[in-house]
Amino acid sequence: MMKNINQTTHQQNVFKKALANPLAMAGFIIIVTVFLLAMFAPLISPYDPDDINVKAILLGPTWNHWMGTDGLGRDVLSRMLHGGRISLLVGLVAVGISTAIGILLGALSGYYRGWVDTVIMRLVDVMLSIPSFFLILAVIAFLTPSIINIMIVIGLTSWMGVTRLVRAEFLSLSEREFVLASRTLGAKDARLIFTHLLPNSLTPIIVSAVLGVAGAVLMESGLSFLGLGVQAPQASWGNILTDGKEYIQFAWWLSLFPGLAILVTVLGYNLLGEGLRDALDPRSGSAQ
Amino acid sequence: MVKYLIKRVLWMIPMLIGISLISFFVMHLAPGDITNNEASFNPKASEESRQKLREMYNLDKPVIVQYGLWLKRMGTLDFGNSFATHQKPVFWEKTDEDGNITKGMIQQALPITLMINILGLIITLVLAIPLGIIAAQKYGQWQDKSITIFNFVGFSIPSFWLSLLLMYWLGVVNNWFPISGLHSINYESMDTWAKVKDTFSHLFMPVIIPSVTGLASITLFVKNGMLDVLFQDYITTARSKGLTEHKVVYTHALRNALLPLITIIGLSIPGLIGGSVIAETIFAIPGMGKLFYDAVLMRDFPVIMGILTIGSALTLIGNLLADVAYAWADPRVRRGVARG
Repeated sequence: MMKNINQTTHQQNVFKKALANPLAMAGFIIIVTVFLLAMFAPLISPYDPDDINVKAILLGPTWNHWMGTDGLGRDVLSRMLHGGRISLLVGLVAVGISTAIGILLGALSGYYRGWVDTVIMRLVDVMLSIPSFFLILAVIAFLTPSIINIMIVIGLTSWMGVTRLVRAEFLSLSEREFVLASRTLGAKDARLIFTHLLPNSLTPIIVSAVLGVAGAVLMESGLSFLGLGVQAPQASWGNILTDGKEYIQFAWWLSLFPGLAILVTVLGYNLLGEGLRDALDPRSGSAQ
Repeated sequence: MVKYLIKRVLWMIPMLIGISLISFFVMHLAPGDITNNEASFNPKASEESRQKLREMYNLDKPVIVQYGLWLKRMGTLDFGNSFATHQKPVFWEKTDEDGNITKGMIQQALPITLMINILGLIITLVLAIPLGIIAAQKYGQWQDKSITIFNFVGFSIPSFWLSLLLMYWLGVVNNWFPISGLHSINYESMDTWAKVKDTFSHLFMPVIIPSVTGLASITLFVKNGMLDVLFQDYITTARSKGLTEHKVVYTHALRNALLPLITIIGLSIPGLIGGSVIAETIFAIPGMGKLFYDAVLMRDFPVIMGILTIGSALTLIGNLLADVAYAWADPRVRRGVARG
C-alpha cells in the first residue's frame, strides 16, 4: 500500500514539474488545441472538405475562405481541419503499435535475460542498421497505400528505442530491494512484471511515446508528400502540401498552411516530451 | 586494438545477413511483382509471357530458394541487373562480350549522395559546435534560450516543407539558385571553373536543408556535453590554476565534450541516407534516394535489395569507424581495448 502511494506521488511530481516549465506547458496547450480542432472538425469546418467548386479555384485567403481554396476550389481550412484528424490518428496508432511491441520485447529481454535477451538485442541492432525510411518506403510501395497500412508500417519499424528503454529499466529495477523482496516472498513472473517492474517503468515509456508521436507525424506527412501515404481525395497535411508544390508559383497559401500545421503540431509534442524528460532527470533540478 | 578491429569487422557479416533476410522477406510478403508492372506497359502481354518473365527472374521459385540464389550472388558482390531499366547492373559496372562498359546504378548514385551528406555534415558541425558552446556558457540566459527555441523549431520543421519554401524564395522568386538537377543543360560546354560554379549552385539548396534540420540535434548534444564537462573536478582545477576562461573552455573542456559527438555522427548515418529520399526527389538529384524512390515505384527488386544492403552496410561501416575513432581519441577506451 505504501509503495503505491509513493509511486503515484512520484509520477504526479514529474508531470507537475514538467508543466511548471513554460516550454512544456506551451507544448501541452498546443497539443490540446490541435486535438480539439481535429475532434470537432466536422462541426467547425465552414465547408465540406471534398466539395469541389469550379467558381472558386485557387482563391487567396479571404473572409469567406480563411486559408484560400485549392486547384479544385475546395476550402483549404476545411481540408486542413479534416486532414489534421488523419495526421493525429496515424501518429497515435503508429506509436501505440511501436510502444506495445517495444514493451513486450523489452520486458522479455530485460526480465528473462540469457539467450532471449541476446536474440532480441541482435534483432534490434539489425533493425537499427537498416535506414528506416528506405524500409518503410519499400513496404508501403508494395502494399496498397492506405491509412491502416501506414500506421502498421510506421509502428513496425520504430519499436527499437522503446525496447532498449524498457529492457534497461527492467534490468536496473530487478536489482532493487522491493523487487528482490517480492521475489523472495514467492511472487510469480507475471506478478513481478505487471505489478512491480512495468508500473515503475511507465514514466520514461510515456516520454518516449510523446516524442515518438512527433516522429510519426513527420513520417506520415513525408510519405503523403511523396504520394505514398494518404491518398486523394482524402485530405492529409502531407498531401495538401503536395498539391501546394504544383501551384507554388501562384498559390503560396497551399504550401504555407499545411507546413505550418505540421511544424506546430510536431513542435507541441517535442516541447511536451522534452519537458517531461527534463522533469524525469534528477540532475535537472540541481543544475538550475 | 587489431584483435578488436578484426572482431568488429567479422561481426558485420552476420549483421548483413540478418539485414538482407529481413529486407528480402518483408518485400516478398507483399502482393504484386515486377510482371504486373512490365505487363501493364504492354497490353498484349499474356499470362504465358508473364510466366516467362517470372522464370527468367526466378520469381516462380519459393522465396527461400530466391534468397539463396541472391545471397550466393551477393557473395561475389554481384547484385544482379535492374528489372526496369533494361538490365543495367545494380551495383558496379559490367563489361559485355563486345567490351562495352555499362556503369552500375549504385556506382553512379552513391558518390552524389555521399558528397551531399558529407558537405552537409561539415556545415552542420561548423555551425553547431560554436552554438552549443555559447548555449552552455550562457546557460539560462537569453542566448541559451534563443538557441533552445531555435533547436526545437529545427527538430520539428518538416524538411520537405523547408525545401519547398526555399525553392520558392531562392529559386522561383529571386532566381538565385537553380531548383532541380545536378548540372545545367549546357554543362558539357563549360570550362572547368564554370563547371565547379555550376555544380556548387545546384548543390546549395540540397546541402543546406539537411544541415539546417540536423543542426538542432548536434547543437543540443554539444551543449549537454559541455554542461556535463564544465562541472567536473578537472575543470575546477584548471580554473583554480588561474587559466583564462578561454583556455579552460577551448582546450580543457571542449575536447572532452566533443568525444561523444563521434558516436552521434556514426549513429546519424541511417537517418541521413534515408532522409536523402525526400531532398533528392524534390530537387531531382540523381543520388541514392532518388534511385530508391524510382525503384520502389517500379517494384524493381534487385535495385531495392541492392540499395537496402549497401545503405545498411554503410551504416555498419560508419558505426565501426565511429567506434574506432572514439577509441583512438579517448585514452581511457584505448587502453581498455588494448587490455581486452
